[in-house]
Amino acid sequence: MNVVELDRATISIGGRNVLSDVSFTIQPGEFIGVLGPNGSGKTTLMRALLGLLPQAAGTVRVLGRAPHCGNPDIGYLPQVRTVLPDLRVRGLDFIASSLHGERWGLPSLSAHDRHAIEHTLAAVGARDLARRPLSNMSGGERQRLLLAQALIGAPKLLLLDEPLISLDQRHQEVVIDVVRKACRERNITVLFSAHELNQLLGTLDRVLYLGNGKAVLGTVDEVITTPVLSRLYGTEINVLRADGHIFVMSHGRDVEHADHMHEHGDHGH
Amino acid sequence: MVTDILHYDFMINAFEAAGIVAVMSGLVGFFLVMRGQTFAGHALSHIGFAGATGAGLIGLAPLWGLVGFTLAAGLAMGLLSERISNRDVAIGVVLSLALGFGLLFLHYYTSFATQATAILFGNVLAVDRATIVTLGLLGAITLAALGLMMRPLIFASLQPELAEAKGVPLRFVSTAFLAIVALAVSACAQIVGVLLVFTLMVGPPAAAQRLATTLWSGLVLAALFALAEAWLGIVAAFYTDWPVSFCIALLSGVVYFAALAVPARGTAHAH
Repeated sequence: MNVVELDRATISIGGRNVLSDVSFTIQPGEFIGVLGPNGSGKTTLMRALLGLLPQAAGTVRVLGRAPHCGNPDIGYLPQVRTVLPDLRVRGLDFIASSLHGERWGLPSLSAHDRHAIEHTLAAVGARDLARRPLSNMSGGERQRLLLAQALIGAPKLLLLDEPLISLDQRHQEVVIDVVRKACRERNITVLFSAHELNQLLGTLDRVLYLGNGKAVLGTVDEVITTPVLSRLYGTEINVLRADGHIFVMSHGRDVEHADHMHEHGDHGH
Repeated sequence: MVTDILHYDFMINAFEAAGIVAVMSGLVGFFLVMRGQTFAGHALSHIGFAGATGAGLIGLAPLWGLVGFTLAAGLAMGLLSERISNRDVAIGVVLSLALGFGLLFLHYYTSFATQATAILFGNVLAVDRATIVTLGLLGAITLAALGLMMRPLIFASLQPELAEAKGVPLRFVSTAFLAIVALAVSACAQIVGVLLVFTLMVGPPAAAQRLATTLWSGLVLAALFALAEAWLGIVAAFYTDWPVSFCIALLSGVVYFAALAVPARGTAHAH
């Protein structure tokens, strides 16, 4: 069964077609790097798979079913992460608040849930975060906490929306490493959106490149080419390879780095 | 010494009313602070001023004007979505508009002017039995509603984007919570007045959140701080003849700044 399947799907927000007439299928266990310029629909695609957006036309299937809100088979790490600065809530309680958080009534934490949280934190190498207050965690530590949260409940599909943003190089590598290990072990399919291709080169199975309302899914060699990217960016793109790195240039500028500059305050919808 | 105070019926009434309101304010305020919506709470109390004076104009008890206006405003803020209710400028404009209307109502009902001070700064020593029953009822409704929605409320406050994906109805939760805040503000205004609801609804929970690392310890601490400040404020007022609301405001400020001065645990890990 395909984990994600889009067949001539059009997804729009407020009357604007963010993705139009898009088709691709993602197999179980694949690590997909989701790339593309700001506003190309990376977040929108994930929200559509979560069942948060109405679909304008075509077919979207997640694990064989139409997308629906509260799908327990999906682990999600949103791009916009509200972190309230003065809150001393511990890592354990922070994750606990998300388990069955949609149910009414008083919060409670069963021994089973507590064990699941501690086990998953240990699996991402963040056992000590359970007792530490959120306000004292670094960006990398928070990201690891959120990753653990997304992995709880044995999801089959992991949607990670820009998990590397505002992390330094070392923490970026740690996050990629943690995701790769956790997902290979459990055969989880991953959609990992990012601004930069190079860090993911050794990890990803295929690239889903979005742009201009279109999407192209394929191996790096198939997708990261001058003709494909020129079509997706709607402008002339040069792909340069040097020293195991790939640079996507437009008129002499590196488009990935240029994008990154705009990221502050931009939620990429 | 304590028997001295409890010799008077109005003092017993004051302790009971302040006790009910303090616990309710501390608990509701905890979530107000957690959600970063304290300014919305402040605005609701000012809107309540217009309600209270308007109620006086048409011969109703100020409390019902407070409840009616704050509840309507809370629901409206929730339904207009967080885009509006979290926007300081919009809230600021609405709250000054409400204060203006409050002034207009006072202008047309001049004999009510003596009560204006009570609405603005509270008058816990004048609380009667009927008001205590009403406050008890408001407290019970508020805490029951809070208990029913606490789990999704916490989830939606800490991680709204994820909560939405998991099927939490964000707008409903936000609106219902502001309705709860409206009731708590109305009750709180009976004790410390619309201008000083922060002293019980924000000061104690903010101090508690500085000190506690778990939800339940934070909630208990917030309620205890509010209760201690309210009761000690009344005692202090009894012996000094200063206004009760001033004493409570002073204690609230002292506790908050003392909590700020306590060094944060585990800051060695901070980035």
